Amino acid sequence: MLIAVLSGFALALIAPSLHRLTHKRTGFLVGLLPLGLCVYFVRLASGLDADVAPVRETLAWVPSLGLSLSFTADGLSLLFAALISGIGFLVAIYSGGYLDNHPQLGRWYAYLLMFMASMLGVVLSSNLLAIFVFWELTSISSYLLIGFFHEEEDSRKAALQALLVTGLGGVAMLAGFVLLGRVGGSFEVHELAAGAGLIRGDPLYLPMLLLILAGAFTKSAQFPFHVWLPSAMAAPTPASAYLHSSTMVKAGIFLLARLFPVLGGTPAWTAVVMPVGAITMVFGAYVAMRQNILKKLLAYSTVSALGAMTMLLGMGTDGAVKAAVAFLFAHALYKAALFLAAGIIDHETGERDVRRLGGLARALPITAAGAAAAGLSMAGIPLLFGFVAKEIFYEAALHGPDGWAAALTTAAVVSSMFFVAAAACVAYRPFFGAATETPKRPHEAPASMWLGPALLGAGSLAFGVFPGWIGEGLLNHSASAALGKSVDLHLRLWHGFTPVLGLSAVTLLGGVAAYAVRPRFTAALATVHRGCDAIGPQRWYDGALNGMLVVAKLQTKVLQNGYLRHYLAVILITLVGLSGSVLLTHVKEIRKHVIDSLVIAWETVEFYELGLAVILIIAIAAAVHSRTRLAAIAALGVVGYGVALVFVLFGAPDLAMTQIVIETLTVILFVLVFYHLPPFAIYANRISRARDLLLATSVGVVMGVLTLVATATQAYPTISSYYGEMSYDLAHGRNVVNVILVDFRALDTMGEITVLTVAGVGAFALLKLRLGARSRGDEEGSS
Amino acid sequence: MSNWLLTLPILIPLVTAATSLVFWRSVRTQRAAAVIGAIALLLAALALAARVDAEGIQVMQAGAWEAPFGISLVADLFSAIMVTIAAAMGLAIVYYSLWSMDRERESFCYYPLLQVLLMGVCGAFLTGDLFNLYVWFEVMLMASFVLLSLGGERPQLEGAIKYVTLNLVSSAVFLSAVGILYGIVGSLNMADLAVKLHGETEPVMATTLAMMFLVAFGIKAAIFPLFFWLPASYHTPPIAVTAIFAGLLTKVGVYALMRVFTLLFTQDVGFTHTVILVLSGFTMVTGVLGAAAQNEFRRILTFHIVSQIGYLIMGLALFTPLALAGSVYYMVHVIIAKTNLFLISGVVHASEGTYELGKLGGLYKRRPYLSLAFMISALALAGIPPLSGFFAKYSLVAAGLDRGSYGIVAAALGVSVLTLFSMTKIWAAAFWAPGPAEPAALGPGGERRIRAMMVPVAALAGASVAMGVGAEYFIGLSLRASAQLLDPNQYIGAVLGRNAL
Repeated sequence: MLIAVLSGFALALIAPSLHRLTHKRTGFLVGLLPLGLCVYFVRLASGLDADVAPVRETLAWVPSLGLSLSFTADGLSLLFAALISGIGFLVAIYSGGYLDNHPQLGRWYAYLLMFMASMLGVVLSSNLLAIFVFWELTSISSYLLIGFFHEEEDSRKAALQALLVTGLGGVAMLAGFVLLGRVGGSFEVHELAAGAGLIRGDPLYLPMLLLILAGAFTKSAQFPFHVWLPSAMAAPTPASAYLHSSTMVKAGIFLLARLFPVLGGTPAWTAVVMPVGAITMVFGAYVAMRQNILKKLLAYSTVSALGAMTMLLGMGTDGAVKAAVAFLFAHALYKAALFLAAGIIDHETGERDVRRLGGLARALPITAAGAAAAGLSMAGIPLLFGFVAKEIFYEAALHGPDGWAAALTTAAVVSSMFFVAAAACVAYRPFFGAATETPKRPHEAPASMWLGPALLGAGSLAFGVFPGWIGEGLLNHSASAALGKSVDLHLRLWHGFTPVLGLSAVTLLGGVAAYAVRPRFTAALATVHRGCDAIGPQRWYDGALNGMLVVAKLQTKVLQNGYLRHYLAVILITLVGLSGSVLLTHVKEIRKHVIDSLVIAWETVEFYELGLAVILIIAIAAAVHSRTRLAAIAALGVVGYGVALVFVLFGAPDLAMTQIVIETLTVILFVLVFYHLPPFAIYANRISRARDLLLATSVGVVMGVLTLVATATQAYPTISSYYGEMSYDLAHGRNVVNVILVDFRALDTMGEITVLTVAGVGAFALLKLRLGARSRGDEEGSS
Repeated sequence: MSNWLLTLPILIPLVTAATSLVFWRSVRTQRAAAVIGAIALLLAALALAARVDAEGIQVMQAGAWEAPFGISLVADLFSAIMVTIAAAMGLAIVYYSLWSMDRERESFCYYPLLQVLLMGVCGAFLTGDLFNLYVWFEVMLMASFVLLSLGGERPQLEGAIKYVTLNLVSSAVFLSAVGILYGIVGSLNMADLAVKLHGETEPVMATTLAMMFLVAFGIKAAIFPLFFWLPASYHTPPIAVTAIFAGLLTKVGVYALMRVFTLLFTQDVGFTHTVILVLSGFTMVTGVLGAAAQNEFRRILTFHIVSQIGYLIMGLALFTPLALAGSVYYMVHVIIAKTNLFLISGVVHASEGTYELGKLGGLYKRRPYLSLAFMISALALAGIPPLSGFFAKYSLVAAGLDRGSYGIVAAALGVSVLTLFSMTKIWAAAFWAPGPAEPAALGPGGERRIRAMMVPVAALAGASVAMGVGAEYFIGLSLRASAQLLDPNQYIGAVLGRNAL
């Protein structure tokens, strides 16, 4: 199974190069892999036995984080795997015809195979983290496939929307997985299922459930997250048929089924999953009915079908889960066929609007036959698998949870009526009736393209006549795997005269009626629909995205506003705020230390030290208040020399000398550049001065307090005495400062010399190299 | 004291820089020296990392003055990893510069400056002395300031002024904090400080100093609300300079934060690390929103640097073995991915002559390999599996959920989606959207130059994939590094000797 998954990625890597060699035959060549895989999965499925534990294969990937590639071949995973590879085969061949001569067809195959392999990874994995890894990869391949016609802005937008919606759900799901893994003590689903009781009783159960459901619902297009799916119809039709109807969008359904033994069946589960599914089902079916663009119609009906499966899994009864599995299989068969047929119609006629299509059956007989079978299956007409699935769907709804049966059944019947109407729109309207003028003269598509609808249509029929073929085998195992116990699924074409059959008859009649009144009905309610669209989920998405961008622009403008003084102020406020808050929370001790230090200082201070301090303060005040540049420089000079004096008084003549040299140099430099500077202007007003004074004082106070406290709380003797003792004896130097500089801490000095060298180089380069006014400065922060 | 391996990551760039300065008239010699120096540095770094991984923390006392009196060089696993990744980026950038740097800057000591920058970075990673760390910061600051302003274009100088002013504030705060610290405990050796700060020192003072170091290093690391210098300056110099800055400079700040907040300031984790946690959340969010508001390739990436710093310090703030391992892994991942994205923007510029998204387009059609490389690095940055970023993000998220820090986890996950959003913005505009009908005329060197610039791009994109596929090895390494960080006694014992404990 490992090879089965990884082979897809490997082939994806070489697909573009392969395509350069094989041109038109690539579709068939590439299709061989999914075909082989499909055969392999079907063979595995035929070997399933309810009494034998399913085959598992494990390859440790990142065991430190609990991520391993462990694959399980049970009914559920094999049902999906067979569908993914089987439809993958048909789509690979189909796209060779559909995208014939497209310059990026090689990349198309790469993405398609990458998607297939990722999707197989999702359904075969039993490790939650591995599921997530493959899950994200399906999102990425979906992004690349939706945006395949990348020069169209709509494609790019739709691709982004799908990525963002499923991406948000994905990260929520990741958090849910981590919580589940931690509470359950493992990331392996079968081990989690064994401890399901504990997990359901955990206080984190509800948050993890909701987080995981967010992932499933976004991926499987549940209301109101469904918005991305109709937009995704910007993708080339084979991608829509493959990803956005039959496989990827069912990943969420798969996840619900996979985790049903772990999380499912609780009141919370039913209370969330069932209504969301029901709403999606009815909403999708209703909106589908009023679409005229073939692909949009199919997309909304897919939303509705996904809602139905979600609802069934939400109900959680044995019958409902069985129905979900059967419905899923039926839907995959007919929906892929209808999408492929819609693609053929578009490809052959250049027309996508059902209202302008008709009578194509003569020109496209095989497509028409395939579409008809699929359409009948969608409408739930006897002899097709869709009928069988709908029967047990109704059966499950009638036996739904207490108090809900009536509502659920009504919802199911109403949606199914719309399904009949929608099926008629797609499978009847374009092919029968009067022929219409279309942009291209239609003729039958190449075999590579009609093969898909024909085979899938035949499948709907074959399984419809002999539902036992699959019902007793794979679907049965699948339902058992989802329920975590062995069940019996009996699918029959004829159940006798039951209430369910009556409901089917009502559905059919209602559906035909709905189809008949559809045009007038949509016209009459056009304003209402427009109103609904104006406040619908698509608007929520746009609003959220635009709102985010507005906030982003605003905050960036405020924060990164280009003013250095603002930046400095914020940094100093942070400094004062953070260190000041610590001091303030311990104000008692701090006050004691400060007072201790001040007392000692007062007792030991000499009068000339005080005098020096006063001079320094006056000089600083003068520098701040001076109205000319020269006065400010002079005042700063006084501060500098004053500091030098401090060094002298406290026994550091070396430092004092350095300080005096630097001060002198600075003043000389100032004088040198004096006449090149722009005129001195004061921009500050009273308020900004007060603010700056406050800020400067706060910084000063904090630093002052810290110094005073430091003196009072000295905890250890300094290492300086060691230098004094060792300089002469070990380092053989008489000047301690020199020895420290060139021996004890020579590394520091080496670094500082480097700094000086670089500064020299920099000054030289600044003077000499002026690539200059190539480009003018622009406003930072916003561009 | 035969631990000469520890000195090599400082000496090799120094010697290379000095040699280049001697031959400052010959650009060819400087280029050759730069390449040889970068390769030698990488080899030395790998040897050091292998030694540390095999034998534990390595220490060298400079000048053979016993600790805490001299300066100790210390390489634990975290340091060794950082030195290695810095050396790898150095090599990538040197090679890239050979093809992308203009002749004028090359002849004005570009290569030696780059080497001095690397020397400062490696010195900062290896020093075990707080004041020596300050010196390396100064080396980096001066080298980066000159690199930033080299060329003297007007926007460069504007950016450089803001850069240097705000970084000098950081230096001043750093130095004051070191001074006060020295006043209290009378030592500068970090191992010695670790012992004394957890000994007799007044806890209030330790915590207050912790806040000062948080601000000083926070400015360097560009965390919220101290990051202003970064978006103000990073888009102005040549792209190779921006790329190495993006890869390494802020990361030294993060390294320093991680060092002092695991070794020195763990007296009041409930307060200090909560402050860091809050700042980390704001850093992520403001950074990514800043990026969302931009429409220029480099500016988008620049704001993302800030956002990613939030993730790095999130691991530090959570302060669990998995969280710190996540930070270490994230560090390596983001250095590779972010540097590469800048290199890619440089290739785009070389090919199209602009960084403005509005004027770009059609690269998906014309440059498939560049598109692939961008896709890989961008998705890695957004944390999409199976690339490196996923494992980085996952470790932090899992660690956050383990600790019950749901707020920061929500921020981290939300920001990763927004990161994906701004990466797709570049992708859609520069790669997918239809381009100009006439592709821009290529600059000097033409296709050959672009192919050469693609070499490091491909290598780094490959590294992002390898770090994901081979995540077990890298996660294991990070977990070992994190275990060392969380057990300061190993560090102290290695520097001061066992009896110091």
